[in-house]
Amino acid sequence: MDKSIVLKYDVDGNDFSLAGEASSSVKKVLLSLGFDPEIIRKVSIALYEGEMNMVIHANGGVITVEISPEEIHMLLEDTGPGIEDIELAMQEGYSTASDKVRELGFGAGMGLSNMKKYSDVFIITSEVNKGTRVEMVVKNKQ
Amino acid sequence: MTTKDLEKALGLVKIAGGDTVKEVSGMYICDLLSLVMSKARQNCAWITVQTNINIVAVAHLADISCIIIPEGIAVDNNTIVKANDEGILIYQSQKTSYELAVEFSKL
Repeated sequence: MDKSIVLKYDVDGNDFSLAGEASSSVKKVLLSLGFDPEIIRKVSIALYEGEMNMVIHANGGVITVEISPEEIHMLLEDTGPGIEDIELAMQEGYSTASDKVRELGFGAGMGLSNMKKYSDVFIITSEVNKGTRVEMVVKNKQ
Repeated sequence: MTTKDLEKALGLVKIAGGDTVKEVSGMYICDLLSLVMSKARQNCAWITVQTNINIVAVAHLADISCIIIPEGIAVDNNTIVKANDEGILIYQSQKTSYELAVEFSKL
């Protein structure tokens, strides 16, 4: 693998049955490229949490993943309601998910903290009523 | 131990996953998907009362060997279809999560 590969996904915010499709697809690509299982696990967890946040809170969005031999770069952009207090949202256990979503097993309030924990670079910016942008990098073992 | 050994030892009923056989090296019980994603170890058998389609993606992404639905809880049909597509094993049991874990610990 010499060049980088760019994958782009439109995440449907209305369909819970499709949730996780982008993350699953990225995992399959990384497996086929022979990445280390631990690297794939980090990307899978971080990206799935981000994808679910888009479905649960932002009515979908766009995920762009760039895979190079050095790192996996993930960009998640949505035009959802935004996050008023990022510091509060980052706290484990804090969630604004609805009861309906909680019944499905989501809303543990661990999404953002898992994303930070399993990525080597985590940058989040958000503007109320405009949307949220999350950039995550998982570095490959050299 | 393989999922086939586990199926036999715990008297599980396979409802999805076809002929897939995977290694099993532990067990994890939880219904909060974010916790499962970050805490379930690779190749574990996961017991959950969640039966919606999202458990298939979680099992795939977290490298979980099989899902066990306890207490005879019915599983959504679209979950079964998706699990068959992805080769994710789902078992059902009439036993409680606790009973399954106790039996597993004796294997």
